[in-house]
Amino acid sequence: MRKLILITFFLPLIFLQGCASSSLRGTGDLGVVIERVVGSVQVVETTGRTRLGQISGLGDLSHASVNYSRDERYAYIFGRDGGLTKVDLLEMRIVKRVMQSGNSIGGAISQDGKLVAVANYTPGGVKVFDADTLELVADIPALDDNGKLSKVIGLVDAPGNRFVFSLFEAGEIWLADLRVLARPALTKFRNVGKEPYDAMITADGRYYLAGLFGEDGLAMLDLWDLKAGVKRVLNGYGKGEQKLPVYKMPHLEGWAATGNELLVPAVGRHEVLVVDQGNWKEVGRIPVHGQPVFVVARPDNRQVWVNYAFPHNEVVQVIDVPSRTIVKTLKPGKAVLHMEFTPRGEQVWISVRDEDRVKIYDAETFEKISELPADKPSGIFFTPRAHRIGL
Amino acid sequence: MPNNTLLIFRIGVLTLALATPALTMADSPVEAVAPAPARQAELLNLIRQDCGSCHGLRLEGGLGLPLTPQALKGKFPEALKQTILHGRGGTPMPPWNPFLTEAEAGWIVETLLKGLP
Repeated sequence: MRKLILITFFLPLIFLQGCASSSLRGTGDLGVVIERVVGSVQVVETTGRTRLGQISGLGDLSHASVNYSRDERYAYIFGRDGGLTKVDLLEMRIVKRVMQSGNSIGGAISQDGKLVAVANYTPGGVKVFDADTLELVADIPALDDNGKLSKVIGLVDAPGNRFVFSLFEAGEIWLADLRVLARPALTKFRNVGKEPYDAMITADGRYYLAGLFGEDGLAMLDLWDLKAGVKRVLNGYGKGEQKLPVYKMPHLEGWAATGNELLVPAVGRHEVLVVDQGNWKEVGRIPVHGQPVFVVARPDNRQVWVNYAFPHNEVVQVIDVPSRTIVKTLKPGKAVLHMEFTPRGEQVWISVRDEDRVKIYDAETFEKISELPADKPSGIFFTPRAHRIGL
Repeated sequence: MPNNTLLIFRIGVLTLALATPALTMADSPVEAVAPAPARQAELLNLIRQDCGSCHGLRLEGGLGLPLTPQALKGKFPEALKQTILHGRGGTPMPPWNPFLTEAEAGWIVETLLKGLP
């Protein structure tokens, strides 16, 4: 009898201890690195700067992007081939995978964390999935008034369990309210400008800004004042100037909002534009090394790091925000595709595609701290994105 | 729709040929002088990675049209070459002639039509 008591008492303890030492860990310092060609992600951690593992079988990951569940345990990976995969960063495995379209460009997770939306090129539209099961819960084809489907770009989440996105061919911005799932309420803003190619929402979830490829300028929607409609800002910023060819579309997700100023990549000119968020006027231009692709603020907003399109993609430049000058030009290597800061910004991780490396820099001294091998790395996404509107 | 596309290509080629005498040399059908093996590897990487940023890593399309052999079937190789070299007005397709010779562009067209290795 005594033996039995001992066993029943100690056995669970031993078991618990085993678990604790082997697997218990937080996820706040985790992230994934996309390996775009082989269709896998590496799970990494930024405290010791190591690779924890790899998850394969994710399809065509060119232009892949990632959203995180609010518990920072699961990553939703959006592939070019229309694949949506939910992976578990702790168990390092695929939880669920669906092929939801023929060609997709990115996604967003709702404010309450219960919905994952995907922006699709083919067929053009937005599909919304249950974040838990990846079951389809809403389908929003991007049909314009002429009955034509548009490619959807610039899909972001907005407060109030809403999603905002843009229609490339139709030149429209749509707001989908998913508080009542059975009936997504759509508000459409038409004639916002020619060919919106990407968009972002400010960190406070108030302003949605779509960059226009077909004309110089941005289409801006103030979500606090929908009646005002979409306004054009930075209109004709390059009027009369010859546009330079663009060998890679700028990405707006990382647009740097630094206090009262927004730093945005110009299209077709080698400049970063400085916009005053109070009146939406251009207040400065910073000449840079090439066509900017990502313009990303360090979390303290003191610096902005910029990478470039082909053929200038071996360089990363650092802009000092107060003086609007370039304080550092780094050459991480051929084909720098993405940069991601650690949550408080002491390191920046840079993917260098053609060198099959992720290089880690000290964001204060600009010294390279470390590097990790990765197969044709592109996007780097750290878990604190889980708690940021629009990411 | 495909007919329209062809027409646009034809007009494009004609205009280019008239405007720039040097280009009339390219009137001979695309016959690719194969680049050296090292350059071929560079070009294949360029196709997959850099063309791929708009046309998709597997060239099945994205912001740009698909460039698979099926998608390109029936298009004039010469017109495709001119699009690569000079871009396509009114679309985001940029001119690649700062980085490619005519022969290299021709070789890229042949490679696309055959399908990437």
